[in-house]
Amino acid sequence: MPWYVELARAVVGTIIIFSAVAIVAAMLGVLLERKISAWIQSRIGPTHTGPRGLLQTVADTIKLLQKEYIVPQNADAVIFASAVVVVPLAALLDYVVLPFGTTRWGPLIFRDLNIGVLYFAATSSLIVVGILMAGWGSNNKYALLGGLRSAAQMVSYEIPIGLVLVTISMLAGSLSTVTIVHAQSRLWFIVSQPVSFVIFFIAATAEVNRAPFDLVEAESELVAGYFSEYTGMRFALFQLGEYGEMFAMAALAVTLFFGGWQGPGLPSVVWFLIKLYALVFVFMWVRWTYPRFRIDQLLRFSWKVLIPVALLNLVVTAYFVIVRG
Amino acid sequence: MSGEAVAFYVLAAITLASGVVVVTSPNLVHSAVALVPALLGVTGIYILLNAEFLAGIQVLIYAGGITVLILFVIMLTDGGTGLRVPQRNEQGPIGAALAAATAGLLIAVATRTPWAQGAGTLPSYTPGAIGQSFLGPNVLVFEGTSVLLLVTLVGAILIARKEE
Amino acid sequence: MLLDWEYVAVFVFVGAAMVSLPFLIIALVSPRSSYPHKRETYESGVAPIGQAWSQFNVRYYLFSLMFVVFDVEIIYLYPWAVVARSLGASAFYSVLIFLAILVLGLVYAWRKGALEWT
Repeated sequence: MPWYVELARAVVGTIIIFSAVAIVAAMLGVLLERKISAWIQSRIGPTHTGPRGLLQTVADTIKLLQKEYIVPQNADAVIFASAVVVVPLAALLDYVVLPFGTTRWGPLIFRDLNIGVLYFAATSSLIVVGILMAGWGSNNKYALLGGLRSAAQMVSYEIPIGLVLVTISMLAGSLSTVTIVHAQSRLWFIVSQPVSFVIFFIAATAEVNRAPFDLVEAESELVAGYFSEYTGMRFALFQLGEYGEMFAMAALAVTLFFGGWQGPGLPSVVWFLIKLYALVFVFMWVRWTYPRFRIDQLLRFSWKVLIPVALLNLVVTAYFVIVRG
Repeated sequence: MSGEAVAFYVLAAITLASGVVVVTSPNLVHSAVALVPALLGVTGIYILLNAEFLAGIQVLIYAGGITVLILFVIMLTDGGTGLRVPQRNEQGPIGAALAAATAGLLIAVATRTPWAQGAGTLPSYTPGAIGQSFLGPNVLVFEGTSVLLLVTLVGAILIARKEE
Repeated sequence: MLLDWEYVAVFVFVGAAMVSLPFLIIALVSPRSSYPHKRETYESGVAPIGQAWSQFNVRYYLFSLMFVVFDVEIIYLYPWAVVARSLGASAFYSVLIFLAILVLGLVYAWRKGALEWT
């Protein structure tokens, strides 16, 4: 294909993914969270704006857009501003390797990179740098503390995620997400690797700073954590980063454990979305069910429990796959 | 000029410019954050050399891990107060002379070596090929690395705990 | 293969532009009435006390260092994982030794209290 066609495909693809994530993950996701939390807490949630409250987040976004752009004095302007771009961009970069379905021309994925899951892990780790920048750049004790703790937490939970990715890659024989989905055509990995899924789910919840691991942003704790000083739209962009990353983790879990887009009858994209939302629902359910961990419990749990379990899981799986054939 | 050449020059410019900021910025946090584009520039160059796996781990470890480590360290020390560290001292001229000499040496070596001009495509550095290499002929290096990592870990804990 | 990464590069640039788009809207739409009190850093509604950048413990450093060490370990596992089946049992045992040495490190850290946040 001539280069300008490739370029057009790339640009259009990017715009579609960004818009889809902004709408589906950020807007619908926030609304979903509020509705689900309401349901769990026996109340109704937003119903006023739009039919059944569906336009609530749209209204919120419009409101946030017209808020004043306040930069706290003594804040480091360059870093303060760049952090807002780094966090959502890194989260959105995850979507490059997620396969949403399959068409007769091939899988519906932005780009099936050979290093698929490694790429996902790498871009997730860039978010931590953005968070540190936001925390420090705000010149605010709470933001800085929140940022540092967030970073320590995310970094501690990246290891179990990495170990699970290694285990699944071993079973599929490849780092490419599409190959991993194809490797599940006979049996989904959730069946052969339930421990891996549990580890992944717990670690992903911690990685996205969600409850019960959301100490750094809980309302009653450090104000809003690393994004305390960000007003209006920039706050919204950080939320986009967080919800985007949560949806990306859920989508990765669907790809790694639930056979991706595969399913009888319905079109592949529909199956993918069903599984994705089912998992997102579980993420949200967990949030509104369990009490919060303290930071020391959180870190101890990762290093003393999750990582040893993940290592054991890897070794046992490898033993059965390689030595026992 | 081919697309790859353009990409190379752009990446090299990004890497060098960020590198200059890292080395000369009086604000240590700016220095550390500027490392990220420098490392990403190098990542791009790895990709141009067909080393995707290396590019992936470069981002994962360097941009995602080492930068975080450096930022933590800077924030733990006075550098985190936005203290402006003077970038010149009386050794400036000697430093400049040494740097010029080293650069001259490297350029001379690079331009005079008869690099093997391979026709055709670059070899493939896929994860599979790397895996076969590690666990085949280079398995001792592989095990040695784990010992190296162990030593790093023990050493850091020893030093850090002693400070308390 | 290079094409893949060209797509990714486009994604990064277009993405950065799209993420910065709201700022353009803000610049056009939002009110501007800056006065000193608005720009004070937030500390539960009272005037901020002390420097924002205070001294922190060495535990942050230790956790991120352990992260780097284990991340490098995982880096070494990826290439093996991809060809694990074909390399067979002997490679598996080599990797087992590799992991065992690192588990020793984890145990050492555990015993020395480096995994505690106090």
